[in-house]
Formats: sequence, C-alpha cells, structure tokens
Amino acid sequence: MKMQEYTLSAHNFEECMKCTVCTAYCPVVPANPHYPGPKQAGPDGERLRLKDPYFFDEMLKYCLNCKRCEVACPSGVNVADIIQSARIRYSKSKPKLRDRILASTDFMGTAARPFAPLVNAVTGLGITKSVLDATMAIDRHRTFPKYAGKSFEGWFKRNAAASQEQFKEKVAYFHGCYVNYNYPQLGKDLVALMNALGFGVELLDKEKCCGVAMIANGMYDGARKHAAHNEKVLGKAASSGRKILTTSTTCTFTMRDEYRELLDVDNSSYRDNLLIATKFIYEKVNSGEVKLVFRKDYKAKIAYHTPCHMEKLGWGVFSTGLLKMIPGAEFTILDSNCCGIAGTYGFKKENYAVSQEIGKPLFDQIARIAPEVVACDCETCKWQIEMSTGLPVKNPVSILAEALDLEATAKLNQHE
Amino acid sequence: MKFDTVIIGGGLAGLTAGLRLQQKGKSVAIVSAGQNALHFSSGTFGVLNEGAEIPENHPYMKLNLEGYLAEVIPFFASAGVVLKGNPLKNSWRITPMGKRQEARFFMEDADPLEGKDTLIGKKALVVSFPGFLDFNTSFLAASLEKSGTAVRIELLALPEMDRLRENPSEMRSVNVARVMDRAWNKVVSEVKLLLKGEDVIVLPQVFGLKDSAIVSAIRESFDQKVLFVGTMPPSVPGMRTQMKLKQSFEAAGGTFLMGDEVLSAEISSERVVSVKTRNLGDHALEADAFILASGSYFSKGLSATTEEVFEPLFGLDVNFSEGRSSWYDADFYSAQPFNNFGVMTDEKFRALKEGKPVLNLYAAGSVLGGADALRLGCGAGVAILSGLAVADAIAPESK
Ligand SMILES: Cc1cc2nc3c(=O)[nH]c(=O)nc-3n(C[C@H](O)[C@H](O)[C@H](O)COP(=O)(O)OP(=O)(O)OC[C@H]3O[C@@H](n4cnc5c(N)ncnc54)[C@H](O)[C@@H]3O)c2cc1C
Ligand code: SF4
Ligand code: SF4
Repeated sequence: MKMQEYTLSAHNFEECMKCTVCTAYCPVVPANPHYPGPKQAGPDGERLRLKDPYFFDEMLKYCLNCKRCEVACPSGVNVADIIQSARIRYSKSKPKLRDRILASTDFMGTAARPFAPLVNAVTGLGITKSVLDATMAIDRHRTFPKYAGKSFEGWFKRNAAASQEQFKEKVAYFHGCYVNYNYPQLGKDLVALMNALGFGVELLDKEKCCGVAMIANGMYDGARKHAAHNEKVLGKAASSGRKILTTSTTCTFTMRDEYRELLDVDNSSYRDNLLIATKFIYEKVNSGEVKLVFRKDYKAKIAYHTPCHMEKLGWGVFSTGLLKMIPGAEFTILDSNCCGIAGTYGFKKENYAVSQEIGKPLFDQIARIAPEVVACDCETCKWQIEMSTGLPVKNPVSILAEALDLEATAKLNQHE
Repeated sequence: MKFDTVIIGGGLAGLTAGLRLQQKGKSVAIVSAGQNALHFSSGTFGVLNEGAEIPENHPYMKLNLEGYLAEVIPFFASAGVVLKGNPLKNSWRITPMGKRQEARFFMEDADPLEGKDTLIGKKALVVSFPGFLDFNTSFLAASLEKSGTAVRIELLALPEMDRLRENPSEMRSVNVARVMDRAWNKVVSEVKLLLKGEDVIVLPQVFGLKDSAIVSAIRESFDQKVLFVGTMPPSVPGMRTQMKLKQSFEAAGGTFLMGDEVLSAEISSERVVSVKTRNLGDHALEADAFILASGSYFSKGLSATTEEVFEPLFGLDVNFSEGRSSWYDADFYSAQPFNNFGVMTDEKFRALKEGKPVLNLYAAGSVLGGADALRLGCGAGVAILSGLAVADAIAPESK
C-alpha cells in the first residue's frame, strides 16, 4: 500500500495492465487507421516518451479527447489525459491559421456578431464554403453555427438583470460562447426556468471562453490564460456561496477537470460549486425544495443523446431524470455512442469523413426511433446531429422550459 | 437519488442480479467503475469442473444449485443472449491454444463438444486474416493434428481489412469484428472457394459484435460444420453478452452509471443507508438493499497488503489465512489459496462485518469467498447463480 502511493505517477499511467479494453471502445480506431489507438497512444507510448521525446507521434492529434477509453478502462487509467498531456509536452506542430480561427470562439463571436446577418449569409453561401474548404481546409459540408444579432449578455442586461433582484436565493450562470453569440435562446430559457423555480440568475464578472477548443487545437498558452482568468471569476462567485450553473457539458467538464488535469490550474476554489443546471434542478426537485407543474397539453417524442463528456462526468442521470418526469413525453435514452464532431475536430476537412463515420451508429439509431426532438446537453453535438439527421436538437433546459407551466410552477416556488 | 436496490459492480454478477430485480418490477441502479471480466471471457461459462467436490464454504452450498442451473438458459434468452449446453453436465471447447477445456454454458459462437476427445472432423480448414496476430493458427493446427484431425491453414486477404492492417497494434478481435459486420458474407463466399474437401471450418470469434445473428447466418451458409475458436482478449462474445445484458437492464428501466466508482458508504444500525460515488459527489444513492458485486482482485473488489486481504469499500470480513506464506503455493500450477479468499456471508448471502451480517448488504460473484474459480472452474457459475439467488433473496415474490 505505502509503496504504491509513492510509485503512482500522473494519470495512473502505471496501473495499465495492457488489456486493450480501451481500444475496443475508442470511436476513432475503427474509423481512422492512422490513429494509433488509446493503449498505444496512451500508456504504451508514454513509456517510450518518458525515455525519449523522440517517440512522440503527431498522429495523437486524431484523438477526440472524448474520454470513452477512460470510462471503459477496468484499471482506472486516465488514458486520454495521458494522450492530451503528451500533446502539450511534446507536440512541435504549430496550430494553423484555420485552427486558430476555429479555436477562438469568443473572439470570433465578438467580431462577427454585429454583422450577424451578413456573416451568416456569407458563411452559408456555397461559394464561401468552397473557398473556406480550399483555402482553410474547413470542410464544405459543414453548416456554420449561426451568429445571433444580439448577444445573450446584452439581452440579459437590458431585459433580465433588474428583475433578478426580487429573488432571495440566487445562482450564477456561466453561459459560454455558444449561448452568448450563437444561441441566446438557451440562456433565456435557463433564466425563465430558474426564475419559475424561485431562483434569481446572476452573470459572472466577465467570464471568458472555457478554452476547450484552444486545448484541442494546441493553443495551450491561450488556454492557460483563460483558465487562470476563469478561476478568479468563478472562485469569486463560489466564495460568496453561489452555485455556478452551466448549460454545456463540455465547458463544465473543461473547467472542472481539464484545468486541473491538463493545464495545471488549481481550481479547488470553485470546483465543487460548478455544476450543470439539470443536476442542480434535479437535486432541488428530489429533496422537495422545488415543485414542478407540467403543462397538460405538452406532448413530444424525445430521444436523449448522452454527450461523451457527460458520460465522463457521470451526470446524464440528472438530465434524463428530469426529462422522464415530463408526463407528456415518450422518452428513449439512445445507446452510448460518440456523435463524431468533438468540438472543432469535425470541422476540419481532413476529419470530415472520419467524423461522419464515427457518428453513423448514432444517426442510424435516431433514424430508427424517429423522435420529434433529440435532447442533448452539448452544443457541438447539436450541430452534428442536426446536420446529419435533419432533426431539431434541444438542450434539456429548453425542453423543460417548454414542458412546464412556468406561471403555475412559479406560484409554488416562492422561497422565503 | 433513491432506488429499491443499488448494485456496486456491473460485471456478470451485478448485471444478472440487476436484470432479475428489474424484471421483478424493482427499481435498480448499477454503478460500475470500468469494464469487467466478461471482456476476457472464453465465450463459455464454467459452473464446476467434472469430478470436483464443492467445498463446505462454497457459495453453491447456500443456493438451490439444480433449480438455478435450470433457469440459466431461459434467463439469458430473456436478455437476447443465446446459450447452449446441458445445464447439468459439462461439454468441451477448443481453447485458442487448441487444447480442450470443459465448460457448462456456451455462447452462440462457442461450440460444445461432447467429450474431451471428441474429434472435430477428419479434415479441418483453419481460416484467419493476414496480420491478425490474436488468433494463433499454428498452435491451433498443431493441437488439432495431435488429436487426429488433418489441418490446412488459409489466410484470407480482404480489401475491407486493408485499413486495419495499416495499424498493426490495433488489429484486435473487436476491430476486426467491426469490419466483419459489413464483410462477413464475403468471408463466406471466399471460404467456399478455398475449401478442398474439408468437413469442418474453423474461424476466429470475430463475428457479430452487436448481434449473434451473424454467427448463425455463417453456420447456415455452409454444409460443413463451422467451429468458432476464441481469440486473445478482448473477447467478442463476452463483449456482446455484456452489451446485451446492459441493454436489457436499461430497457427494463434500470439505471447504469458507467465509469463511476462507489467511494464510501454510510452504515447505521447494521444497515447500509446510502453510498457516495466519485462522479455524483455529495449526491448520495439511497436504497433499501445493496449488492456488492465488485469482483475479485482483478476488478479491485478485493485488495491486499503484505499483512491482510481486505474488501476495500465496506471493510467486510474476508476469509484469508494467517501468515502471508500460507496464501500461495510456490508451484505456480498448484491450487493457490489466495484464489479462495473473499467476502464471507450468512446463508442468505448477506455480507458479514465483524462477524455479524449487515442486514441489507448482499454479496454476489467473484468477490465471494470460498470459490477458487481457477481450480474448480466455477467463475461464471458463481457470478450468475449467486446473482440470481441474491436478487431472489431481496425480492422473493415474483412479479
Ligand atoms: C481475465 C479473466 C477471465 C475470465 N474468464 C472466464 C471464462 O472464460 N469463463 C468463466 O466461467 N469465468 C471466467 N472468469 C471468472 C470470472 O471471475 C467470472 O466469470 C465473472 O465474470 C466474474 O463476474 P463478477 O461480476 O463477479 O466480477 P467482475 O466481472 O470482475 O466485475 C466487477 C465489476 O465491479 C466494478 N467495481 C469494483 N469496485 C467498484 C466500486 N467501488 N464501485 C463501482 N464499481 C466497482 C469493477 O469495475 C467491475 O466492473 C474470468 C476471470 C478473469 C479475471
Ligand atoms: S483499458 Fe486501461 S488497463 Fe486496459 S490497456 Fe487500456 S489503459 Fe491499459
Ligand atoms: S479520448 Fe476518445 S478518441 Fe481519444 S483515445 Fe480515448 S476513446 Fe479514443
């Protein structure tokens, strides 16, 4: 026992017993023969790299960082952490301009938003897509997430901030780039929902992009800067006792686990206060603190897709638990499969085919079930599933906001 | 979160108990820290080696052995897993090394031979794929020839496999099986062209990862007998069985928390009140009954220091002997006493702590003491039968 404590190295690397179970669950291995696979890229390769960095293999960039290998490993090895930290330590390749653009979600958002109609029209044009494809290697099949004309933050300040004062209990909300620039409706749904449950919503003191796309694209210094900034603002909210809610699994996972494991940013100041909104709500309903009144006329056939990072967080039960409460819902949980997009990965021309092949079992199952709406807590899964199945994808928070009688719910939840 | 039963461990024992309880109308959550021993399965379930005596403290002594054995095939059928074999008598399989090994139940792509010396045929064609190292055709051929069958080996080069071959380290059974989901009928037509009067075809277990229908379709495509032989792990039939059990459990309404680990438990007046997990943090899982199905040393259900063998989660009583040198036999191939160590229980499989049963904590599967699976060949049998028995102890009434 004692001795093992001293021999344990980062990410449980030496716990590997070479069973190849991780390889059996990696979605990239069957789709891309150039990827060495989690066992080889992870613990096996690490033994060589520790001897000599010469053995670092640039093909590690094909890892989606989906963490499915870690979820499957019988021995508790953090395989994907080993792979990603090897990229951080050894990769010599510089991110391309394309990668920088794809990764700079908040900069792009700020720059593009005022010209939203124009940008949307231009990025939606066949000719633009062909040019991006040819000049930037951004695959022409991709639909760009649309930029909203008004940011969520702007809307919140003008329309919601003042009315939050009436609530005694408050939560903080990390909305992320996607809600701010592309899909403010989700943020509005969250505010409406939390208000109906009796909680006021506060924004953080200037959040920054969580940095997940920077990590994926090799921009580690930028990611560390964002992490250090967010640690301060999230830490500040947490120190005043606030729970910090999110509506994106990937932002949550990045700020909760990747800051600590990959970027060496100590996030203990807020780690326990950060949670996905559905977990917060489920716990309140479960303890009887909050009551829900559903609309009698709400009917929908819903299929829930568990994003890879939700699988890793292990919090899917909260989202599905809430959706199962909707009386008018016909509800299915889809099999555990990766959708293939993995953030910016699937946008790159060289990954497009692989990305679609990885997602195929999921798309096929959705086609068989033929739901009216796919529920999912991740924005990039949403793009991928909408593009590949033609069905609308909604965050469970939005579905709840639609299914609840918000007025009647609000009457029951006036906390003292 | 509150359930009727919370199960710690999602291997063969945990899934069996969970599915049975869910079928009886109970609400069940299974927490599983990672994948399990089924991924290394031979494609067969052992119950007890021929001629072996069941020791006094063996889990079988606490259950109606014949009654439960009769239930195994229909129970797995209810989860979409086809099992073959005589529930009361062992048959024989061919190991990846070409040896004969006894077992009780056979998954669809394992083939029960009646006796240890049953000839598989006069002439066998053993088929594999170039670059697939996890199926050792020459060992297999040598052993089959020794037992009286003439063998010819053919390597089948399919263009569908070219992409896999670019990455030799990942050319494993499961990845071959993914290709075979699309290419199996090509294997059939190519093998037909290769046959030169053989009466038996031997193929690796790399077909039907998601659905064993492919396995039966291959058998039906030939007039000759088709035998499937195990590969190095991961095991395709084992993974398929695990997937089917898990899917049936979830389809019946069960909650499966994959990749999460139970870290602590609250015990009060001889009952487990709740457990906490790594992912759920302070959000405890409450239940009326708990099942410990955390496996043996391999799955960390049991652990050891130089002084003691212990059960890490609840600190339950373990039947290890005094003095470390009494735990093992220096002769590697002898029975190893440490394989006999495990959690002690009362007659109803309720786990003992300081000599007294924890009233709502049951133990099932290879975490149990008294069953040396290696010596007695009883690994899967203990997992399945104790899983069923524990579920019935928790919910005696049938639905
Ligand atoms: C490599 C190997 C190959 C085998 N092959 C065969 C075979 O071919 N035929 C046969 O009859 N028998 C075989 N056996 C015997 C085997 O023990 C049984 O067949 C059976 O699969 C054991 O099932 P189980 O559910 O008891 O344990 P396991 O399959 O070991 O499952 C235990 C599970 O509990 C989880 N767990 C442990 N602690 C915690 C915790 N604190 N929180 C959450 N989860 C936890 C583990 O992660 C694991 O998933 C084999 C055993 C091994 C180790
Ligand atoms: S699953 Fe875990 S123990 Fe097995 S090879 Fe992969 S990292 Fe190693
Ligand atoms: S994180 Fe995902 S893509 Fe990367 S090695 Fe693990 S399973 Fe494969």
